[in-house]
Amino acid sequence: MIRASGLTKSYKAVQALAGLDLAVPEGKVLALLGPNGAGKTTAVRCLTTLLKPDSGSATVAGIDVLADPAGARAKIGLSGQYAAVDEHLTGYENLVMVGRLYHLGKARAQARARELLERFDLTEAGDRPSKTYSGGMRRRLDLAGALVAEPPVLILDEPTTGLDVRSRQQMWDVIRELVASGATLLLTTQYLEEADRLADDIVVIDHGRAIAHGTADELKATTGGERIEVVLADVEDREAAVRTLAEVAVGDVRVSDNGRELSAAVSGRGAGHLLHVLQGFERDSVTVLDVGLRRPTLDDVFLSITGHAAEEAATTTGTDAPADTQEVAR
Amino acid sequence: MSTAVQALTDGWVVAQRNLIKIKRVPEVLVFVLISPIMFVLLFAFVFGGAIDPPGSVNYKEWLIAGIFAQTVVFGATFTGAGLAEDMQKGIIDRFRSLPMSGSAVLVGRTTSDVVYNILSLIIMALTGLLVGWRIREGIVDAILGFALLLLFAYAVSWVMAFVGMLVPSVEVINNASFIVIMPLTFVSNAFVPTESFDGVLRTIVEWNPVSTLTQSSRELFGNTGGFSPTDAWSMQNPVLYTLIWVAIILVVFAPLAVRQYRLTTSK
Ligand SMILES: Nc1ncnc2c1ncn2[C@@H]1O[C@H](COP(=O)(O)OP(=O)(O)OP(=O)(O)O)[C@@H](O)[C@H]1O
Ligand SMILES: [Mg+2]
Repeated sequence: MIRASGLTKSYKAVQALAGLDLAVPEGKVLALLGPNGAGKTTAVRCLTTLLKPDSGSATVAGIDVLADPAGARAKIGLSGQYAAVDEHLTGYENLVMVGRLYHLGKARAQARARELLERFDLTEAGDRPSKTYSGGMRRRLDLAGALVAEPPVLILDEPTTGLDVRSRQQMWDVIRELVASGATLLLTTQYLEEADRLADDIVVIDHGRAIAHGTADELKATTGGERIEVVLADVEDREAAVRTLAEVAVGDVRVSDNGRELSAAVSGRGAGHLLHVLQGFERDSVTVLDVGLRRPTLDDVFLSITGHAAEEAATTTGTDAPADTQEVAR
Repeated sequence: MSTAVQALTDGWVVAQRNLIKIKRVPEVLVFVLISPIMFVLLFAFVFGGAIDPPGSVNYKEWLIAGIFAQTVVFGATFTGAGLAEDMQKGIIDRFRSLPMSGSAVLVGRTTSDVVYNILSLIIMALTGLLVGWRIREGIVDAILGFALLLLFAYAVSWVMAFVGMLVPSVEVINNASFIVIMPLTFVSNAFVPTESFDGVLRTIVEWNPVSTLTQSSRELFGNTGGFSPTDAWSMQNPVLYTLIWVAIILVVFAPLAVRQYRLTTSK
């Protein structure tokens, strides 16, 4: 449904895209995961006809975005990184305007605007200028704008960045509903957790190219998945603690130099393993200062794929050749 | 839908959006309307006695058409500034992601600015009537006079739309338009009779479309005091000559502005 191959785009000094390939089958969700400056927004802008790539090609719903941009736009709902709403217009007026520019006709555009305000919990605020909206409300209004014409393909650039926990949860719910109703979706994010929750498939990008591709589980597997981390109150308990951790660990139990911080990679249901570990500690009277389950972050994935951390990667542009795309555990 | 029809219908939707802003930020309107009032009063009372227009007409009455012309031409600055502001706002990305006409943003802005000009003409006409200006030809001629002013202003706003696309910064636009429009209106017969210019300057004044626009308005409002214009063809046929300029400006600058819009937005 969405297909890009060999997209490149350079700005004066930076190569924002360096031959990006991706494909999203109909009805699926692809997350484009990458740190600041990886090229996510540039990729989104190329796919949505806002930017002409230097080379490469892309099709959306079978339409070549370079040859027929207007046709492609009719198939795409875009919600960009920064909310594209008119601040002087009310939420309602914003949506009606978008509907009319999609040529729905005035009556249809008005009905659709009310429908969407209702759906995005904006009915009450709908008749206020959007200037008065909170960041989360503006984001929702922007997404509503993308949905006005019920496009089969949705492209969302960092839909939850800057939102609080509750708004993020709401946004996730909305996105899940959209997918359930059959939309094909491409979203970008900086959070592995978000990609994990929403996407069927994840492409990790850095320096404008895909450096890894797989499901969330496959990617996490490259980092050893979730880890149980323990800080002991007393070094004396180390042996007992390591023994218990070893029962659930995948691979070795790591012990810090001071001998009090232990960590073990686990697979599958981390919470179950954690319970098992805690019961073992209770049995052996091991006292802990801290114990927890840590999910791998984008940083961990980065570290394991590229051998260096994301921030570091972002500042060494051009000095080290980007790693080749790696098909993870296929 | 044909592209032209689509440009107009989409442009109208964008124009409505711009007009809503007038409602929401009425302060803008206050400035749009106060400056013409100021112009009429300043020129009428400060220069009113200083300059002797040709013929039997009094200067105040003769001057009003010049102020009308100057004000609507200056109004084009709003087009450039409004567009420059739009280009910096997120909404442009929404417009660009819609299957709408590529020129709708420009058509919308130039159209909604006609409304500004209509309002400022009404205000100026009322102020003018208060200080002694009178329409001395038929009402049809007067309406044609206003229509010509609006038409010419519409054409000039496409020039500023182009400039607005070229340098998307409100401050630059304001200064740029001052630099261009100021001489255009002062080296014309808007405030000073053509006869008081000599040599090359006089030729420039005679062929300056702002002069012919002013001359047309004076004739259509009946404010010439029965005095005939100079011999230049442009001054003898001011309406036709002004219309030719309108056509040329639109044919050249509308496509240029649309092209520049595409270039600017696809960077
Ligand atoms: N208009 C531009 N002019 C110059 N450089 C640009 C421009 N747009 C993007 N870049 C550069 O291209 C690279 C990729 O930018 P892009 O916005 O695609 O990153 P991103 O993955 O969306 O980052 P973020 O998470 O911060 O939004 C960056 O190095 C950025 O500085
Ligand atoms: Mg971005």
